[in-house]
Amino acid sequence: MLSIVFFAQTREIIGQGDFSLPFQPQFSDLEAIRSHLASTNDKWDLALTREKLIVAVNQEMSPWDTIIKDGDEIAFFPPVTGG
Amino acid sequence: MIKVQTQDFDIGALYQQITSKDNNPLGYGAVVTFVGKVRDFNQQQSVSALSLEHYPAMTEKVLNEISEQAQTRWPIATPIIIHRVGDLQPGDQIVYIGVASAHRKAAFEACEFLIDYLKTKAPFWKKEKSGEQFHWVDARESDQQAASKWISND
Repeated sequence: MLSIVFFAQTREIIGQGDFSLPFQPQFSDLEAIRSHLASTNDKWDLALTREKLIVAVNQEMSPWDTIIKDGDEIAFFPPVTGG
Repeated sequence: MIKVQTQDFDIGALYQQITSKDNNPLGYGAVVTFVGKVRDFNQQQSVSALSLEHYPAMTEKVLNEISEQAQTRWPIATPIIIHRVGDLQPGDQIVYIGVASAHRKAAFEACEFLIDYLKTKAPFWKKEKSGEQFHWVDARESDQQAASKWISND
């Protein structure tokens, strides 16, 4: 099982903060997960537009070709604006 | 010391803490602190309220990492980093960074490094209220440039 979490605008557009996704062999890397989720509907496609979207695996910002494994926590969010 | 909290912080108490004899029996010759506050304007619009969201599991991890990086690069005491989350008003304090060192150069540089990295790597997001509308604050290219100058110095 993968834990999928969203924050800020990404969470608001999608309309939920987190959910569990059964791991599948075709989820080879982060881009594969992103495009799978984006195909859900138009809202998810908009929220997960790759431009200006950041992804973190197990709380670490990671490039899109990062290999994922069952049990990972994958977070999608816009560029950060703290401080 | 790293804290993410909703409540305000007391700059005087934090100054005492970072300069205390417990922190370094010999004392420090230089202390640099940075305090970030909520502006009442942004991108030509007046701001009446601000809300800060974060990714709890990741925030402390990132702040610990940048604190350790700063201590590797400069001869400084363990920095104090405090960041508030939740609902804030214009003029409220958002973030505190305190760095103590034997000499000013290391303290100044480490403090600037910490705020530059915090702004581009720690998962916080600001939402501002202008009039009756809330909108998410856009990330600034100038913040990315400020952070990238520390990479070229490696």
